[in-house]
Amino acid sequence: MLKMLKVKVNDIDIEVEEGLTVLQACEIAGAEIPRFCYHEKLSIAGNCRMCLVEIEKSKKPVASCAMPVTDGMNIKTNTKLVEKARKGVMEFLLANHPLDCPVCDQGGECDLQDQSMFYGIDKSRFKENKRFVPEKYMGPLIKTQMTRCIHCTRCVRFATEVAGVPEIGAIGRGEDMQITTYLEKAMESELSANVIDLCPVGALTSKPYVFEARPWELKKTETVDVMDAVGSNIRVDTYGWEIKRILPKINEDINEEWISDKTRYACDGLKYQRLDVPYIKKENSFKKISWQDALQILKDKINITKPEKIAGLTGDLTNMETLFACKELFHKVLKSKNLESREKNIYINLNDRKNYLFNSEIKGIEKSDFILLIGTNPRYEATMLNARIRKSFLKNNTEIFSLEDLGDLTYNYKVLSNTTEEVKKIIENNCDISRKIKNAKYPLIIFGESALTMNSSKYIFEGFKKFLNENNKISEEWNSLNILNTNASAVGAYDLDIVCKTNETLEKINKNFFEIIFLIGQDNISINKKNEFIVYIGSHGDKGAEIADLVLPGAAFTEQNGYFTNLEGKLQMAFKASYPPGEAKEDWVIINEISKLIDGNGLFKDKNELLTAMNSHINSNKKNEFSNLFKEEYINEKILTLPIDYYHSNVIARSSKTMNECRNIRSKLKKTGTEG
Amino acid sequence: MFDFLRGLMIAIKEMFKPKKTINYPFEKGKISPRFRGEHALRRYPNGEERCIACKLCEAVCPAQAITIESSEREDGSRKTTRYDIDMLKCIYCGLCEESCPVDAIVQGPNFEFATETREELYYTKEKLLENGDRWESVLAANIKADNPHR
Repeated sequence: MLKMLKVKVNDIDIEVEEGLTVLQACEIAGAEIPRFCYHEKLSIAGNCRMCLVEIEKSKKPVASCAMPVTDGMNIKTNTKLVEKARKGVMEFLLANHPLDCPVCDQGGECDLQDQSMFYGIDKSRFKENKRFVPEKYMGPLIKTQMTRCIHCTRCVRFATEVAGVPEIGAIGRGEDMQITTYLEKAMESELSANVIDLCPVGALTSKPYVFEARPWELKKTETVDVMDAVGSNIRVDTYGWEIKRILPKINEDINEEWISDKTRYACDGLKYQRLDVPYIKKENSFKKISWQDALQILKDKINITKPEKIAGLTGDLTNMETLFACKELFHKVLKSKNLESREKNIYINLNDRKNYLFNSEIKGIEKSDFILLIGTNPRYEATMLNARIRKSFLKNNTEIFSLEDLGDLTYNYKVLSNTTEEVKKIIENNCDISRKIKNAKYPLIIFGESALTMNSSKYIFEGFKKFLNENNKISEEWNSLNILNTNASAVGAYDLDIVCKTNETLEKINKNFFEIIFLIGQDNISINKKNEFIVYIGSHGDKGAEIADLVLPGAAFTEQNGYFTNLEGKLQMAFKASYPPGEAKEDWVIINEISKLIDGNGLFKDKNELLTAMNSHINSNKKNEFSNLFKEEYINEKILTLPIDYYHSNVIARSSKTMNECRNIRSKLKKTGTEG
Repeated sequence: MFDFLRGLMIAIKEMFKPKKTINYPFEKGKISPRFRGEHALRRYPNGEERCIACKLCEAVCPAQAITIESSEREDGSRKTTRYDIDMLKCIYCGLCEESCPVDAIVQGPNFEFATETREELYYTKEKLLENGDRWESVLAANIKADNPHR
């Protein structure tokens, strides 16, 4: 139990915990304190001096962000002295800051602009020449205008502490201080663009968004991200129908206040390669046709095909409404059992929800004291989750092990051997790691998809589960078994039971067994096409549309309301921020229209009916014997984490120019010729 | 009787004063340098357009008559790609001119821009820049004359 201290803020008596700073105490008391360098999630620097307050018995004003509270402190934030101090600091900060607000992209959401309006004075006594700092190159995402920098060092602290890549730093002192990436190269981090949000002035701004719009003319929609299964909370800013930028929204349980670069900048992929009208393939080229003709062709084709010859594959960005509509279409209308949401033959035990979730929750990572990574590279598979692991590593000095050498994960970890034999040793309780798991209070075992696609996956997974159960590491309070799904739609699809009950759809597709294949936003599977009639329903012209015979244009995640379940099992809604282009329709509407065409009355009257049906389906208690189809056998094999093409992992990212640029730069960085 | 005489006196006095009416299309009344007439976008003497797409005029416009789209020009400077004023929506309040940090958008002395169709009154950037070029000498003189009072 922390000691409570009695302090006075502006004559209001409050009690605060020991260890808080004066600034935090003032915030609790409701007194606003201006600040530039202080940030809740970063270490304290105390170099902007904007947060000066008066404390009784102290001769000089005190920087409140760096001053711990002591018992009986009498803090004043509204006195003449404080006002004068703030004005003075503001004048110094503005002495070298250029007055180019009208051309600055930060204008309208600038901390310096706002605070100088509130606390500054309206003229300057600085008559000398202003300082000039040359621009620095910081990669394709960050535009710099270093003359505007006020040396708060938030970006430096972020890169070192949160991102774990100490690539931004300050050189020189005093007036000659400059923030730089030393070698003027792109920051090698997937979190790099967060420094743009952190920068209180316009020194670091967004390069793809440069001069595009002003903050006040954008429509803001709070929604969730689908680039990975984490489900980061984001804010989508639109101008007209065009998505201009994506910013993080604070959610302490999921992404805190950061988002990955892919989440932030893949949004320009929503403008390119879009499907806006239905297409039919004739003589190896696509011809535009009307919706009516397209659906008629599809109907004729379905009528002459046996149900068991129809298959469906759902994609990685598909929302739950569409997934459920597909399930109902296949189940009730097409009478086919071949609907599959997995891209690979992943071992999944659908008996219990806990068998495919990240049970310890992202928030729980912070208190863990032992982490074991099995066949996963969290840095690329779930960037935000990796940032939490780093946070835990810094806070608790967590012991982290990985079966495989994964390169730089932004924290130290020990590499074991990447064989199933190593896992066997752990679960048979005769190695050092098993002892460590047993001794740890909050251990965390993370299974990646790569570990679940092997021949002995069932053995590894069920064996580990048994081992953890026996040692009391799976309980109500703490569940140390975690599965790291990589697709945003994965958990939703498992919740809705969208896996082929006989587990043979993917195999049959490879054997060219089917006559009609529906690809519902599925672009990651390579199909060796022979005589199949492939129907693609989705938003982008990518791998799926390329091999399709009939293309039906759908909507992207920002263009329809839809539920997504993140890897922890949290149900979140992605809201509509924009409109589907051209004649494109929302995905579930397309599915509904197909069913209407075939059986005459459609699956659902409206979206509400769909949602009610979906909810009752999820809540119904179902037993699934699916996992019996996998062989539980031990084979001595290697566990290899499949490499992820981080900047090209889904259709939106592949269509994005910014992501392409990042990918090119990253691949060039890898080949410096000095890595030995 | 006295009132009648007084009215007559005023009439006789007015007869000897100079005429107030003007022969409008050929003669024009005096216009203050602050007159808020037709809009124009000005250029710098070297021919560079002044507007930097800060969008303050768009934000301040009470009638929401201004539409601006901006992007980065090849040389890296901030410029408009579109600057439209709907002259039918405009209420000629002059706030756009007041808000402009670079004296780019101004309201000139011209008030004779009636057109036969509505479409002609949707001014584009080209039209506004052309206006600016045509009226530049007057606009510069007006701004100079008004300067001491700003």
